[in-house]
Order: sequence, then structure tokens, then C-alpha cells
Amino acid sequence: MGGSSPCASCKLLRRRCAKDCIFAPYFPSDDPHKFAIVHKVFGASNVSKMLQELPIHQRSDAVSSLVYEANARVRDPVYGCVGAISYLQNQVSQLQMQLAVAQAEILCIQMQQEPALPTHQIDPDDKSLLLHSNLNNLPQYLNFASSSNVIQDPLKRESLWT
Amino acid sequence: MSYSTRCAACKSLRRRCPQDCILAPYFPSNDPQRFASVQKIFGASNTTKILQQLPVHQRAEAADCMSFEAASRIQDPVYGCVGIISQLHQQILTTQHELAMTQAQLAFHYAQQETQQERRIMTQSQVQYDGPSSWFDPNQKEPFYLDQPLPDFHQPPGFL
Repeated sequence: MGGSSPCASCKLLRRRCAKDCIFAPYFPSDDPHKFAIVHKVFGASNVSKMLQELPIHQRSDAVSSLVYEANARVRDPVYGCVGAISYLQNQVSQLQMQLAVAQAEILCIQMQQEPALPTHQIDPDDKSLLLHSNLNNLPQYLNFASSSNVIQDPLKRESLWT
Repeated sequence: MSYSTRCAACKSLRRRCPQDCILAPYFPSNDPQRFASVQKIFGASNTTKILQQLPVHQRAEAADCMSFEAASRIQDPVYGCVGIISQLHQQILTTQHELAMTQAQLAFHYAQQETQQERRIMTQSQVQYDGPSSWFDPNQKEPFYLDQPLPDFHQPPGFL
């Protein structure tokens, strides 16, 4: 090992930092907090196993996402990252709704301006595509059965037209 | 306690399941995969610690979220949940852009209408014009309730 300092992981775990330490490239000694938080949430052993199962070129991104997820869970011990997903899904749904309304308004304007158009030029399916295609193409991330009702599928909604 | 009533956690850990087992309410024996995922990603000990630190009425939600995160991480070992967040950010930007374009089209149309109206009705003293109800705010910031920025990935997540 010579004079090289141990990585943040080996420092925290109080062990020799081997030359081929799996943590060393991603948890430098000058950022002890980064490993501390990942160890707190996932455990060093689990992180080591996860990294070992990945090709080397993907490990850096995996560590970044683990650090992010660990930070989220420490700051929000109940919802963690899932809170952000729920919030962002709502944002997407609201925007998609606004977009659908605006697109419907444009369609109405176009139909008013050209009322004599033959029907084959205005395909009813196109209209439904305008209103529903973007809404139905969104994958449903949060749709698991559980005893709690807090996290609901935000993509479920009443029809826009009553 | 009879072995046949052990929760999924205690079954997996091959131990007795006490009456006050902290994991039993959230990891029933009829869903062994749920605990298996959480154990693989967070570890049994960490899971217990995290739930123990929460008030009882919040533990069900926390267990659900940890199950979801664990399942996401197993499905996408590189990005996990963070891949989903990244995709949602991108969807928001794309949809905002599309909405801006559409509302600009509407604004242009209504502006043209107003000009035509003013030419026709020149004797009226008051012309009330109400623009579209929602205007796109070019200064609208990307919404994100956790204020930490997304990591700078070498390869962008492709969850979908």
C-alpha cells in the first residue's frame, strides 16, 4: 500500500485499503460524507455486491445514483426518492392536461375557420390522439398495491369532456 | 409462535417471528419477493433501523416506498429510481416546450382576431379583451421538491 491514503470507505470501515479496493475509485478520501450516507442507507456490503455485478464503465453512474437516492432517503425517511417521483408525475400530468386543452382550442379554431372541409380530412381518431396520445403513453411508475393510499397513480383522471 | 405464521422477513432470516416483530406488518408471508428485494438492496438490518426510527403510522408508507425503490434498483441496477426522476424531468421540459409553442399559436390567433375586431367596431369606446387563461411563463423554473441537483451521469438513464 505504501504511502497512499485509504479511500473514504476503508477509512470509515477501518480496514486496509487494498490496491483493487472496489470503492476507492468512487469514494475518494476527501469526501467522507459521500460514503457515509450510502453506507447508512444501503450498507457497505450491499453496495459492494451491487458494484461487483456491474461492468466497470457503469459503476460511476451507479454510485452517483446511489448517493442521490441515499441523500433523498436521509432527508425524507418516509418517501425518499418516491416522493420526488410522485411530485414530478403530478407536474407532468398537469402539463399534459394544459397541453391537451390548448391543442383542443386550436383544433376548434381550425374547425371554425374551415367548416366546409370534407370529413376525411378531419379524422376523429386524430382528435383523440391529440387529447389522449400523450396521456396514455406515459408509463405508470407508481401503481403498486399496498395498504397505504398516499401514493396513488396520478395518471388516473376523469375524462376531459363531461 | 408457530413457524407457519412467520412473516416473510423472519422466514427469510430463518428466525422466530416474535409477536412484536417490527417487519411483520409490512412484509407478509404471502409476498416473499417484496422482502427479498428490500433485503437485497437495503439489507434486513438497515430496513429495520429505518422503520424503527419512524412513528408507527408512517411505517407502512415507508415500507411501500422502500419496496418500490428496491424493485426499481433490481430492474435497473445502474440508475434505479433516479432513472425515473431523470426521465420525468425530461418529460416536463419537453411538455413545457410543446405547451409554449401551442400557446404562442393561440396568442397569435387571438391577436389577429383582436386586430380584425378593432377594425370592424371603431365606434365602440371600450373593447374588453381576455387572452387565453394560461400563459406560459418563460421564467418558470424546473419544479423539483428535493433541491439537490441530479447527478451528472456519464451515460443518460434510459429507463423507458
